[in-house]
Amino acid sequence: MVQKLDTLVETPSQTAGPYVHIGLMPTYAGNAGYYDEEIATSPIADGAKGEVIEIVGSVFDGTGWAMRDALLESWQPDAAGKFAGQEGADPAVTGHCRFAADAESGEFTLRTVKPGKVPARGGGFSAPHISVWICARGINIGLQTRIYFEDEDNSADPLLARIEQRPRVDTLIAKKIGEGKYRFDVRLQGEGETVFLDI
Amino acid sequence: MTDLGPLIPRNREAHPDAYDPAYKTSVSRSPYLPLLSMESGLSEETGPTFGHNKLGALDNNLILNWTKGAAPAVGERILMHGRVVDENNRAVPNTLVEIWQANAGGRYRHKKDGYLAPLDPNFGGCGRTLTDENGYYQFLTIRPGAYPWPNRGNDWRPMHIHISVYGHSFGQRLITQMYFEGDPLINHCPIAATIKNRSQLDRLVAPLDLASSRPLDFLAYKFDIVLRGRRQTMFENKLEGM
Repeated sequence: MVQKLDTLVETPSQTAGPYVHIGLMPTYAGNAGYYDEEIATSPIADGAKGEVIEIVGSVFDGTGWAMRDALLESWQPDAAGKFAGQEGADPAVTGHCRFAADAESGEFTLRTVKPGKVPARGGGFSAPHISVWICARGINIGLQTRIYFEDEDNSADPLLARIEQRPRVDTLIAKKIGEGKYRFDVRLQGEGETVFLDI
Repeated sequence: MTDLGPLIPRNREAHPDAYDPAYKTSVSRSPYLPLLSMESGLSEETGPTFGHNKLGALDNNLILNWTKGAAPAVGERILMHGRVVDENNRAVPNTLVEIWQANAGGRYRHKKDGYLAPLDPNFGGCGRTLTDENGYYQFLTIRPGAYPWPNRGNDWRPMHIHISVYGHSFGQRLITQMYFEGDPLINHCPIAATIKNRSQLDRLVAPLDLASSRPLDFLAYKFDIVLRGRRQTMFENKLEGM
């Protein structure tokens, strides 16, 4: 017998199910006032430095239907590229938000500040991006992706550079639709399928 | 800031596949194309933190928190407790653990749940807590009932509690479900069966923990959670600009 490893195995994931909002967004689930203070309702507080932007979009399933029950989470640095908890980070940027597709329209809105570029492991910088994690009924393990911006220089981003089929890069880039407004649609499956990450 | 090393890549064999036709909703909600694998960076190795000041005194007591302590929920009183550790078996302290569940009759307090089992006026079904310095957490709640769901003709979810954990970095983010020892529905559930490795599924089944039960008050179930760890290396590999 070989020696035994003493590492553990990660707890397996399960779908968040149709009622994920009860636990993570009680007000959205119709249970307003459950907690004195709900967490992650906005990634920024008043006075956050940088450009305030709004990103709208939908999560589409393989039939092209905008999912009404998708719950998303975002994580990003401040306008200078510092994450909450790092030295010198903007105290008005928690960087984390929970937001959901509207139950009627299937459209979500994320209001935040545009993030700065961050150092990449092994040198260079990642282009400004927001990390996104999507869970819903039918999704067995949370889907991770990133929002980049079409009006930023994405040419030297190490992750985008790894995407072999160049037209797929476009699926990670939010389109500018107005001053400080962007559109980012997620396609889970099929034509125009969003690049999902394993990192 | 010290570079703690990249996250250990996720062992995808330990998790369900995205596509599993017996769980019908996954058919149109699973990517066709493979995931893009990459070593983690700052975006995955950092994550939100939550202070105790956000939490209320009853946030981890689902028996009382919906009525703010005025009246207890109906059902089998249980303590759900355990530790959150990483793959290196190190405690994950001060991390947010959130749960949500149906009431004793299998009904959720959600505007979309129309199951005929009634709501309990004294039960909301959601709780949250921070692990202590040893990674330990606990919830007082009632055992949720099984409930039917529109999948195949006669599918019923086993009794379960949904759990969401943060860890210390966004790349550790995990949502899963806890099942109860001895529940015969576990073996018939297409969602539980999305986990193909039986020993992995067994890790979601909480054993009855009589030693932690309180006589004449509540039964206990133990549920430990393992999150991704960081790969330790003696070779310096600092992040640029850190």
